[in-house]
Amino acid sequence: MTYLTDSVIDPQALVRRVMRPSDGAYVLFEGVVRNHHDGKAVESIFYDAYRPMAEKEMDRIVRDIEAQFPDVALAVVHRLGQLVVGDSSIAIVACSPHRAEAFAACRMMIDRIKETVPIWKKERGPNGEEWVGWQGHC
Amino acid sequence: MKVRLLFFAVLRDIAGTDARELSLADGTRAQDVWQSLRQTYAKLADYTQPPMIAINESYASPDSVLRDGDELAFIPPVAGG
Repeated sequence: MTYLTDSVIDPQALVRRVMRPSDGAYVLFEGVVRNHHDGKAVESIFYDAYRPMAEKEMDRIVRDIEAQFPDVALAVVHRLGQLVVGDSSIAIVACSPHRAEAFAACRMMIDRIKETVPIWKKERGPNGEEWVGWQGHC
Repeated sequence: MKVRLLFFAVLRDIAGTDARELSLADGTRAQDVWQSLRQTYAKLADYTQPPMIAINESYASPDSVLRDGDELAFIPPVAGG
């Protein structure tokens, strides 16, 4: 399974990858580059990753959540490289016979990705560029 | 012993390179490498504690003792999603 891509994300392809005839719902989450962060204008974001480790971490999280929600199947892809406002940086599909588990698993997936997967973003705007999260780390 | 040190994101910008080969004394811990980076790169001088640490693509403790052939990376605060 490959969780990282350098290309535009096709969310419907992701849905087709995991949907089973027994599923009654899927929840699709897309994270999108927005034009502001912390009060500053953003024009583009460069996403970087420790690729092999990020793949392993995402796989670990998927297995973990699928173990917690045995009826749920998950698909996720994170885009890397240079993205502009409006581009999707991540898409997650959680499908399940019933909607409640699909919503919960999808939410847990994005929250867990943001905690531990070694992916970084450098925001670029009219006033320069900055790696998000580094300032004030020490 | 030899350890390969990888740089990502802000640390790659600061180091000006993707990776360095380190020759280290036996018993060197991951956080000892961080302390030497603080002396090498002025922009890291104020960062007394290392960020998260990965050894061979898994998170590890700062006190982990490195072994010959290890791949070490300091993981700046992650920002995926």
